[in-house]
Amino acid sequence: MQVTAMHFKRKAAENLHDEKLQRALERLQTNFVNGRAAANAQLPNFEEIRNAAAEIRRKVTENLDRYLLRFEQEATARGAVVHWAETPDDVNRIVADIARQYGLRKAVKSKSMVSEECALNDHLASQGVEVLETDLGEYILQLAKEPPSHIVAPVVHKSKEDISDLFEKKHRRTRTTQIAELCREAREILRPGFLSADLGISGGNFIIAETGSVLIVTNEGNGRLTTTLPRVHVAITGIEKVVPTLEDVTTLLRLLPRSATGQSITNYVSVLTGTKGKSDTDGAEHFHIILLDNGRSRLLGTELQPMLRCIRCGACMNHCPVYQNVGGHAYGWVYPGPMGSVLTPSFVGLANALDLPQASTFCGECAVVCPVKIPLPDLLRHLRTRQMEQRLRPWQERAALSVWSWMAQRPAVYAVGARIVARLLRLLAGDKKRLRYLIGVSEWTKGRDMPAPAGRTFRDLYKSGKTS
Amino acid sequence: MSARDNILARIAQARNPHAAVDVDNEIRRHSRGPVPPLEKDLVKRFCEQAVRLASDVVSAKTNSEVPDLVARYLNERRLPLKAVCWPSVASLDWRAAGIEAETRAARGDDLVGITGTFLGIAETGTLMQLSGTSTPAAVSLLPETHVAVVEKSQIVATMEDAWDRLRAEHGVLPRAVNFVSGPSRTADIEQTVTLGAHGPYRVLIIVVGGQDSDQ
Repeated sequence: MQVTAMHFKRKAAENLHDEKLQRALERLQTNFVNGRAAANAQLPNFEEIRNAAAEIRRKVTENLDRYLLRFEQEATARGAVVHWAETPDDVNRIVADIARQYGLRKAVKSKSMVSEECALNDHLASQGVEVLETDLGEYILQLAKEPPSHIVAPVVHKSKEDISDLFEKKHRRTRTTQIAELCREAREILRPGFLSADLGISGGNFIIAETGSVLIVTNEGNGRLTTTLPRVHVAITGIEKVVPTLEDVTTLLRLLPRSATGQSITNYVSVLTGTKGKSDTDGAEHFHIILLDNGRSRLLGTELQPMLRCIRCGACMNHCPVYQNVGGHAYGWVYPGPMGSVLTPSFVGLANALDLPQASTFCGECAVVCPVKIPLPDLLRHLRTRQMEQRLRPWQERAALSVWSWMAQRPAVYAVGARIVARLLRLLAGDKKRLRYLIGVSEWTKGRDMPAPAGRTFRDLYKSGKTS
Repeated sequence: MSARDNILARIAQARNPHAAVDVDNEIRRHSRGPVPPLEKDLVKRFCEQAVRLASDVVSAKTNSEVPDLVARYLNERRLPLKAVCWPSVASLDWRAAGIEAETRAARGDDLVGITGTFLGIAETGTLMQLSGTSTPAAVSLLPETHVAVVEKSQIVATMEDAWDRLRAEHGVLPRAVNFVSGPSRTADIEQTVTLGAHGPYRVLIIVVGGQDSDQ
């Protein structure tokens, strides 16, 4: 997928004034934020399960190669073919080769964010393989030629009227704005696609080292159809998705749907292992599993390693005050919200996503809700440090921070400096005690007034023993 | 070097040598994580949770009552008395209840699919189905109505218990283990939950077993 993360500020500003988008984002907050809270309240030992889940993911990231090798061994023993891909281009080439090898022309696909990293659909189309997205949200986006704006609810930015317009235009049927009828219409249009496809492409929420299985969770059933009906199944996932055992994946499954949508379990959980038996009437004859790196292994051994624990539930974006206001498209790549602000710079380069580590109020809510306890604010802060070190921030900002850092390391100078600045700001503010404009931070004062300091610094007050 | 070698080499290089675990040994232990506390009556829990996830649940004392219950359910909803079913439930007297049940692979236009189940999971009210020649996965998926027969003795507390039973009875995993928790659904449009996406619009679970067979 094309990276537009460098346009974060402009896109965010546009989105703040998009009333329809703002209404859509409010719905997301009400449903997903409240849903998660209610679902977790029903697990009396939620925190204990969360600790166990974080520990499973931590253990895996520390021994990633060993678990991957065990996975490969088990999957191969069951007749699956495991492919390794360094880059999105590798994934595209491998899938196109598989299609050519078996003579496949028609693919159905269930939602896969990793395939979005690769822009797989475009590549396959160029190779003569038609791809039909079957997750309702992804199907709508395929019709609209838009990227997803949320990793769990990809079409959250669209209203039902938008979708009615789109369906009317593309399906040439009578327009309906009833959600249930829109869903039935999509089902009727997509069903023949499932029945005639010879290739099924899915993601993988987890891969299991013990059994060589790929696990996918879906609500719509499209994941099951995609992996049951076509004669070839290709699952594409990131190398970090491996978990040791069926017991471990069960622990993670207690948290993934609850954190994502507030469900105790998704409608379907499918654990897929190997190929169909000779006398079976359904199931894929050939099963290929593609493991994509694309920058993941480079996070190991760095401060960003905890990011590889991520299970893609979306809770961090649902609870993020920045995401809640600017929406997913502003982030300019596959993964939005706090997790995206860490992943995008890591995968596409810090210089291509300069604003993302800054797109945070550091309120810390993302770390509070993360089911695998990824310290997201710490990771974002680390990326900011890297930006300073690599001189990727504007010179004014770097100069200001250098001055501040120099002073902060010299308490006496800091005390004098703070005193001067506090008094100066009070003078400038005058009777209103508010600053409507402040040189150097005019972007910040454009949207709000800065309250003037009281005139005395904390140190002064502390010394004189007064509290106000 | 291949992509595989490159990726594995990078991971090995970054790995903390002191944190290494013996992966095979670790896996063999199958150690369980914390499980939510569950009430003792697993059948009751199973039924309550299944209803919460929008399955319809009825109980039958014996298997012979099942066809009539299915017929009544289909009639009440004006659904056709015509179904594709798993071989494992084909021996029930469907014809006596007026249901035309065929044992074959499911087709795209089948309206009712009748299956058994490997286990029921009380924690979440979930059906656990194993794919296989006599238990084809598409029967619970393509039709608009899915009917599943569960015996009380098949209901276990958690997914962990289910894995143990699967290991004990089958050794290895079948091609697909499908956990089914109610009718297919989507909330993609305006986060409004709509039942019946690509899979069934409704799921009827028939729990079979008398009082004395309670576990």
